[in-house]
Amino acid sequence: MNKNKFDKIKIKLKNASVGIAGIGGLGSNASIALARAGIGRLVLVDFDKVDINNLDRQYYFLDQIGQLKVNAMKENIRRIDPKIKVEAYNLKLKRGSMYYPFKDIDVVIEALDEASIKTEFIEEILLNLPEKPIVAASGVTGYGHSDRIVTKRLGNLYMCYDKYAISSKDDVLMAPRVCLIANWEANLAIEIILGEDK
Amino acid sequence: MSIEVNGRKVDWVENETIKQLLKRVKYTFPLVVVKINKEVIPRKDFSNVVVPDNSKIDVIHMISGG
Repeated sequence: MNKNKFDKIKIKLKNASVGIAGIGGLGSNASIALARAGIGRLVLVDFDKVDINNLDRQYYFLDQIGQLKVNAMKENIRRIDPKIKVEAYNLKLKRGSMYYPFKDIDVVIEALDEASIKTEFIEEILLNLPEKPIVAASGVTGYGHSDRIVTKRLGNLYMCYDKYAISSKDDVLMAPRVCLIANWEANLAIEIILGEDK
Repeated sequence: MSIEVNGRKVDWVENETIKQLLKRVKYTFPLVVVKINKEVIPRKDFSNVVVPDNSKIDVIHMISGG
């Protein structure tokens, strides 16, 4: 390991902040990856509680069922690194104000579930915070086909994208592929913060 | 007289709106993010924004799951 490179990276990541919209399958796993990578400040937004049906893919535990996801995630991050600043917002994103919690962070991660809300959220960030990089995902369902996933960049929008995948309403959600795309999103956020690894 | 939709060359049609273009190129997914020449077009404007000649259009469709 190149110690000099590693030290520089650590400082940069410690001073960086990432906001995550939705702390479900994508968001919970992305949050953990970013926490372990050493991002200094995480802003988490979700309205939901941990349900037993979430445990097949979301980064929560049996004894957290019934807790607010933002609180459970805050605790899981604290158990990895208590020095990370976590701002947890238990709220449902509403049209017109979806971008509010993400005004002062470096990178936004879209980790929402419903296609209509995903679309509205991306549109709101792009229109209201045009300088803000946003990482989003579409096509997390099913299993296999890892190599169909691509990063598609459109200006400040970075999409983790499988154009052949179908909606979660018609397909299964499974940990390996959900985690793959969640970590793909986290990896993109790191790349945006640090610049390309050359 | 042509435009580019997701890298594909398509004929340009005068006074065609985004909504009409999406239908013509058979992008039937209901939820898409559209950029024309790198500018985001809000969904509410799909039926009144006209696609200019020589423009570059990016369409990303969003599906549920997360």
